[in-house]
Amino acid sequence: MASGVAAIRFSGVGQVFATGAGTLEALCGVETSIARHEFVAVLGPSGCGKSTLLRLVAGLLRPTRGAVEVFGLKVTEPRDDIGIVFQKPTLLPWANVEDNIVFPLRHKMGRVGAQDRERARALLAKVGLAGFEERLPAELSGGMQQRVGIGRALLMNPDILLMDEPFSALDALTREDMGFELLRIWEAQPKTVLFITHSISEAVLLADRVLVMSERPGRVIEDLAIEIDRPRGIDTSNEKMMHDYVGHLRSLLLKRAA
Amino acid sequence: MSDTSEASSSSAQREVELTWRLAARRALHAPGLLPATTFILLLLVWEASCRLFEIPTFVLPAPSRILGGFDSIAVTRWVDHVWATLRVALIGYIASIAIALPIAVLLARSEIMSRAIYPILVVVQSTPVVAVAPIIIVALGSGDLPRVVITCLITFFPLVVSTTTGLMATPPELIELSRSLRAPVIREITQIRFPYAVPYIFSALRISVTLAVIGAVVAEFVAAEKGIGYFIQFSTSMFQVQQAWAGLVVLVLLSLILFQIVTLAQRIWFPWSLPKERT
Ligand SMILES: Nc1ncnc2c1ncn2[C@@H]1O[C@H](COP(=O)(O)OP(=O)(O)OP(=O)(O)O)[C@@H](O)[C@H]1O
Ligand SMILES: [Mg+2]
Repeated sequence: MASGVAAIRFSGVGQVFATGAGTLEALCGVETSIARHEFVAVLGPSGCGKSTLLRLVAGLLRPTRGAVEVFGLKVTEPRDDIGIVFQKPTLLPWANVEDNIVFPLRHKMGRVGAQDRERARALLAKVGLAGFEERLPAELSGGMQQRVGIGRALLMNPDILLMDEPFSALDALTREDMGFELLRIWEAQPKTVLFITHSISEAVLLADRVLVMSERPGRVIEDLAIEIDRPRGIDTSNEKMMHDYVGHLRSLLLKRAA
Repeated sequence: MSDTSEASSSSAQREVELTWRLAARRALHAPGLLPATTFILLLLVWEASCRLFEIPTFVLPAPSRILGGFDSIAVTRWVDHVWATLRVALIGYIASIAIALPIAVLLARSEIMSRAIYPILVVVQSTPVVAVAPIIIVALGSGDLPRVVITCLITFFPLVVSTTTGLMATPPELIELSRSLRAPVIREITQIRFPYAVPYIFSALRISVTLAVIGAVVAEFVAAEKGIGYFIQFSTSMFQVQQAWAGLVVLVLLSLILFQIVTLAQRIWFPWSLPKERT
């Protein structure tokens, strides 16, 4: 915001996939921008192109129409300042927690230095996994595995964090806990977060803004600023404002589904 | 601890009982105990039936007679035969791995390659190696080379198919992660795809190592002057049936040992790739 350039900008983005049975229009006329260090959640029906949106920002996909810009530059290939967290942690089952966290460096550069390991251990402490360096992913709970996934995404200290339903495989309590954990990390070290979720309350609880997408072909049909004070915590869930936002979004999504 | 002595003694008794029951159950589940028992029982039934029904040796020699078959040639001759078979099997096996892995990478990475090469592989696989063996021997002459080629042919297909499947089984997210890092493709293969394929590769390696022994024996049947396959054929042609059976036993042992070595290698170097233990 200080620089005046949006962290992420979609202008007239359309995405058409060629499939066996012809073409499939996943996105049509997506128009929005996200400021630096903003936390934006995306809601929308299944298959409306949310993951596609994220892959466009990551540079894993080129838009059929329009353009995606990151910090004012058109995205043509993956950038170094973006970290991705997937729905499943997808860790390397043969590598211990620390090796999993430093994996992006080893994969990109071919080697890992002592400083990198130092940084990985600091990251592990940050995501609440100090002391688990030597464990294998199979020995961790789902929540802990996803913490490793988040640590891995933070390794390169990205400006932008893309998260595709990162907590949807977790049980309700762990999920809420992880949400607050993410907020804590984000508040200590601000980043631009694009957070896809199916949970309305999770979106409202975490985000500065919630975008709602239409069913396929997806476009942004609601852009709701969440003006609940930060830092947010367990008590936030009980606030009246929270209920109002959730109610509004739920009726919006249900009306369209009907 | 103010228990009455009576109560504590009865609880101690229960504990002993429990320990015993646990020990008994553990013994029953001890690895190898059950199969070993079955195997010994089978041998006893076999021996008894041969004696009881006076089955002629050329039909089915009793285990004791087969044991006698081992004495028909000197130990050094046995070693010679085993080494001849083992050498061909191993060289063919290793060559097959060296060829199969790169081809699997090619198949997994390129749709066009897959469509171009796969049908040829299926044709090769559908050709009965036993029928091709004499032709190969004629073409490549005597010596180890034709035998190695036959072994290669027979072990090759499972390795390629299984490795390709394994290379493709990598979670797409990790491939996206690799692409988002703009990492070199070679590292995508060595650091992600191959490790993910390890369980698939090992199940093929286990199948192929026993196939390698079969390949070597088939080659010896066609043309050889040494090896267990040759020895079995030679013995039957001389009506030394118990001797042929002894050769067969050696062959089975050889296959089993090789199979166990591959299993052990996986357990030592890739323990994470083993299926979760049933408990
Ligand atoms: N590479 C592709 N090729 C063809 N079709 C695709 C491809 N990627 C996505 N699609 C299709 O585009 C549509 C949008 O997919 P996308 O994964 O972005 O949806 P989503 O909103 O993330 O859904 P969900 O909530 O289920 O995760 C879907 O119908 C999907 O089948
Ligand atoms: Mg999705």
